[in-house]
Parts: sequence; structure tokens; C-alpha cells
Amino acid sequence: MSEMTDIIVDTTRKIFEDLGDPQTIINAKDEAWRDSLWQALDEGGLTRAWASEAAGGAALSVADTFEIIRVAGAHAVALPLVPHLLAVWLLDRANIALPEGIMTVSSASNGAAVSIDAEGRVSGRLSAVAFAEHAQFLAVLADGTAGPTAALVALDNVGIEPGVDAAGDSFDTVTLNAVPAISAAAVDLEHDELELLGAAMAAMAVAGAFEGALKMCVSYSQDRIAFGRPIAKFQAVQHLLARLAEETAAVVAAAASAAFALEQANRPSAAFVDIASAKIRAGEAVNEGGLIAHQVHGAIGFTADHPLHRYVQRMWAWRDQFGREAQWAERLGRHFAAQGGDAFWKTITAA
Amino acid sequence: MSQAIQFDPIRLPDAAEDLRSEVRAFLAENSDHLDRPSRRGFDHEFSRKVAAKGWIGLTWPKEYGGQERSFLERYVITEEFLVARAPSQVYFTADRQSGPVILKYGDEALKRDVLPRIIAGECTFAIGMSEPDSGSDLFAAKARAERTNEGWRLNGTKVWTTAAHEADYMIGLFRTSPPTKENRRHGLTQFLVDMKKPGINVRPIFWPNGDHDFNEVVFEDVDMPANHLLGEEDNAWAQATAELAYERSGPERFLETIAVLIELVNLVGPSPDSRAAEGLGRLVAQLFTMRRMSISVAGMLAAGKEPVLEASIVKDLGTVWMQKLPGICRDLGSLIDNDPAACSRFEMALTSNLLIAPKLTIQGGTTEILRGIIARGLGLR
Repeated sequence: MSEMTDIIVDTTRKIFEDLGDPQTIINAKDEAWRDSLWQALDEGGLTRAWASEAAGGAALSVADTFEIIRVAGAHAVALPLVPHLLAVWLLDRANIALPEGIMTVSSASNGAAVSIDAEGRVSGRLSAVAFAEHAQFLAVLADGTAGPTAALVALDNVGIEPGVDAAGDSFDTVTLNAVPAISAAAVDLEHDELELLGAAMAAMAVAGAFEGALKMCVSYSQDRIAFGRPIAKFQAVQHLLARLAEETAAVVAAAASAAFALEQANRPSAAFVDIASAKIRAGEAVNEGGLIAHQVHGAIGFTADHPLHRYVQRMWAWRDQFGREAQWAERLGRHFAAQGGDAFWKTITAA
Repeated sequence: MSQAIQFDPIRLPDAAEDLRSEVRAFLAENSDHLDRPSRRGFDHEFSRKVAAKGWIGLTWPKEYGGQERSFLERYVITEEFLVARAPSQVYFTADRQSGPVILKYGDEALKRDVLPRIIAGECTFAIGMSEPDSGSDLFAAKARAERTNEGWRLNGTKVWTTAAHEADYMIGLFRTSPPTKENRRHGLTQFLVDMKKPGINVRPIFWPNGDHDFNEVVFEDVDMPANHLLGEEDNAWAQATAELAYERSGPERFLETIAVLIELVNLVGPSPDSRAAEGLGRLVAQLFTMRRMSISVAGMLAAGKEPVLEASIVKDLGTVWMQKLPGICRDLGSLIDNDPAACSRFEMALTSNLLIAPKLTIQGGTTEILRGIIARGLGLR
């Protein structure tokens, strides 16, 4: 890791430790933590991390921006950092000026369509929009008259049906009826490329949550005494935690590899195999990993007061975003099947 | 946690990818040597051809006949050979671990004698660790070495010794002192054993289908010259741990049953239904991630680090995965209609890989031992 990366990771970690500690948030009586945490991230330039300097960003690399997401994931808080950063990326790519405020994004996946007409009015019914309730703006990749078009709309006068994700956090449906875009521009992206990048970011958030959960589990197992000794001394518990460490390692490796592939590629579709693999592998790891984390904590981790549920539930929520593992697996499977058995290994090594 | 788990994204360098093309061309030229199960991987003619390319002892010093090329280039040769089912049994163990042990611990005469013969593809090695009464508990070994006027005398029994019936040498663990109260791992020493010496009796242990890889090796007053002691007397346990990172993280730890996945791809055809496509996609994602992790460890080894914890993670994930792979492919293939030829190739791959699956999580460190090592890395033990 470069010195630059170390500084970014330390800065991000410090902000989250000071203002985004899950236990403090659970104990908080209101939502004021959200504003102060976001403001600190914003002042640190982290909310526009990978935007170009011309757009007021820090022009960080993909890999460094993914490290910010990893740290955020390790605190498992209900914050729209992933959709906001994805919106920043889309607008920056389309040379659209970034607005002041929180954005969310829609990749128009799951068969939903969003279009922009010749007068610059955006229409579509978008489900699974993360944190629309907390955001002032929405960035979309719409079907335009001249092909894929990035558009920014304000959410003040837009119909939002509140919903929740697997973590109970805001996951809403947004209906746009000819809403005038604040700005729009054609962009050289395929429709699934926004979803691809979002999938890689969600995988990295899961990786962070795994690292946070593993740390909690290890320290709890060393503190908790049962049958006269710390439960960490029981071989059955050791092997559970070894499995959790393995799944953590797999998710971290897969997500970091996807970030690296994105860094090397000029566009997300060029990193398809890495990203699809990371999203699938991260989603699969959540099945066993989340259950192990709870098993190690016993009933204690299951309460509203204990922060563990935040980690596990955020894993569930992030793996649902930007395509579930079955959806990515079907695409990845078709990609490899089309090449045939003789080309199978060549396709693996070429990625 | 006492140790951070590190899996940095590492890609194979251009030199390794260039070598891959050369390896594929070589395998295409020698296709009549590939995928011949009846030979159990022993093909001396093929080994000499590989040696002629300079691909055995690739990373070793030039003064002993090596190429001083990178560990990541060796990685490419290993994975391409595994996928092509190339018969590398003659030299594989010597190339992977015995040669490096001799390089590190052997005296000059031994290095000059043995290493060039390994590099020539003419020297087969076996590993003598397990015994009838000790396997995973390596430090309970009883086979012993006693000092004589000329060197050492070996007595005892090793078991599950792959390739002992073909081997020229064994690197074996022998007891030279009793364990101490403070350190039960104390007292074991590594020896280079010349398998042609009198007093060594190799008895085959057959697979249920009659195949022969494993052996029991009995030593009765086998005399060894003094310079066949490798490393430090009584201290083999410390030497053995560093070696394990090399043994545990290579592509052989997730590619041994890959043939059944490749035949599944042939079976489902270019336009599979959703069930087959989704099932295949999951297996690809798992394989792809395993390979990324394994290459990450290879990169750390090449950079001179000792990723013991990470290597154990790769071996456990990889061996469990390749062990389950035939069963998952069987499920996915069961609802596919295809022409009888494709079905028959798939079924053959399935049968042979189901047969070897149980051993994959035993050899080179069991699942349970590996999880213990990982737990220690987490600071739990």
C-alpha cells in the first residue's frame, strides 16, 4: 500500500471512530450523528474522493476510493456513502458539475427503465434506491435520444415511497414523471456499467463489514468466560472463527482484486469477470459468515443494544444491492458457457 | 487479533504471461503425453522434455543448473500443467519442496550431487512424515536415527508415502532425541535418504480400484552418510514450518479436480438453461477468487515474506472447494440432456474425481490442523 493510501485510510478511520461508532449510534436518541458524520467526511474531501480536481474532487485512484468504502463498511453505519460515491463517479465521467449535498444513484437494474426526453425531462419508476429519503439529489444513467445519458435531478419535489433494506435502512422507490434534470450529458457507458461498478463497491463494503465482525468476534471470544475459561479456548469455537477468517479473507481478496481490475481497465465492463466474481463470492460468504458471527456471540449479539446485528444486517443489505449473487452468477455462467470447455481455462487466466 | 490477514491484489508479471504461451505451445506439441490416467503421472520421457525446457528447478541458482527465474513464473507452469493433466509426478515433489530444502540445508557436496539430477528430470522424491501411529501429530514420530561411526543408522516405518516405489530419495523426519518437557516438538531431524540403500522395504498400499500411489516404507538398519543430515539436529520442526507456505498455497491446492468442471462446461453447451448457467457462474466465481488468493500468496513468497497464515487459508478453502466440486458438478449435470459422447466424458471425469476427493483435505495438512493454525494466527491459541 502506498503512503497516500495509508493517509486516506487513517483519516477515514479516525472520522468513523470519532463520529460513526456503531455502539454510540445505537445508543443515540436521535439522528443527529448522521449530519455530523457526513459533514466530517465532506470536509475531509472523502465524499468526492475520486472526482477530478476540476470538479472539486481529490482525484483519488479507484483503489484508494475503495479503501474508504472498506473502512466505512467496517463501521456498518446507515450512511449513503456507496450510492453517493457512485453518483459522483457517474457525474464526473459525464463532466457534470457536482452539486452541494447528498446524492443517491440508480442503476436502473432489475428491469426498470429510466429515460430522458429531448427537453431534458427524466421519467421512470426506480425501485431499490438506497437512502433516497436522506439524499437531496439523484444521479441516473438514463436512456436518452442520443444513447446513454447521465442526468442529475433534485429530489425535493419527487415522489418517494419509503422502503427498507435487510438492515432496516432506507431503501426506497422513486417515481420520476418528466422531472426536469438539473443537468444532463451523454456519456460513454453501457447501461450495465453503473451496476457493475456499484456491485464492486458493495462487495468492498461487505468486505469491510466482515473485517469489523471478525474483530468483534475474536475479541468477544477472548473475553467471554464459559465453563471456567474463555470460549476462545474451545476447539469448536476456534474452528468457527477460523472459518469466519477464511470467508473474510476471500471477500477481502475478491473485492480488492475487483478494485485493482477496475483501476487497470478504462471502463467497468472490462473488469466484468473480476467484479461478478467478487459480488458473487461476497454474497455467498455472508450466508455462513453472518451466522458464525452470531453463533460465537450467543444470544448477546442478537439484541438491539449490541452492535453485532448492524454488521450482519449491513452485510445482508449490501449483498442485495446492485444485483444478487444468483443474478450475477447466471451472467457469469453464460459468459463462460459461451466460450466452451476448451476455452474455459484460457478465459479464467485472461481476466 | 495478533496478526492481520493480508491478501493484496497481485497480478502475474508479463514475463510469467509470456511463459504461459510457451508452456501452452509445449503442451500442445506433447499432447500424446497428457491425460493418461493409467500412468499415474509417471512419464520419464515427458519429464526429460520438461527438463530440456529448463522448467524444473526454474527458480534455483544458476550454479546448480537452475534458471534463477521468479516464483511467479513457476506458478504459471504448475497451473498450466495441472489443467492439462500433464504427468509431472517424476519431478513434482522434488521441484516444489525437496530441492528447496536441499538448497537451504544441504552441504555443498550434496547440492552438487542431487540438484542437477532433479533439474535433469531424472530424480524422484518422496516425503517421509506420517507413520503408522502418527499422522497429523507429526511430532509423535517414532522412526529413529542413531549415530554410527560413519554417519547415521535409520530404523522405523513411514506410511502413506506417495511415490516411494518410484523414488530415488526421501526427505524424512526421524527422531534423534526424545522430546523435552518444555518442547515436545524437539528431537526430530530431517534426513536425505537414498532409497536404493539396502534395508529399505517398500510395500504398496492400493486404492480401492487397484491404483497404486501410496506405500509403506520400512527401514531396517539403513546406514546413511553424515552429510545426509539436513539442517540442524533435533530442530526439524522449525525448518518444517517455513516450508509449508510453499507446499500449501500452490495451484495444486484447488485445481486437482478441475477436469470435472471443464467437462461440465462441455456438457451444458454454449447456451445453458438458467439453473446450469447460475450453478456454473457460482463455481467460476469461487475458482476465480481462489486463484486470486493463491497468486496473492505466491506474490508474497516471491517478495521474500512468510505468509504462513494466508497459505493455510488458501489450502483449506482450496482443498474443501475442489473436494466438493465433483458433487456439485454431478448435481448440475444431472438435468442436462446432451449427446452420449459428452455425457460419457463427463461421467468418467466425475467418477475418477469422486474417487480422489476424500484424500484432498488430508494430504499436506488436514482441514482440522489448518483451522488450528488459522486460530493461532487469530491469537486464539
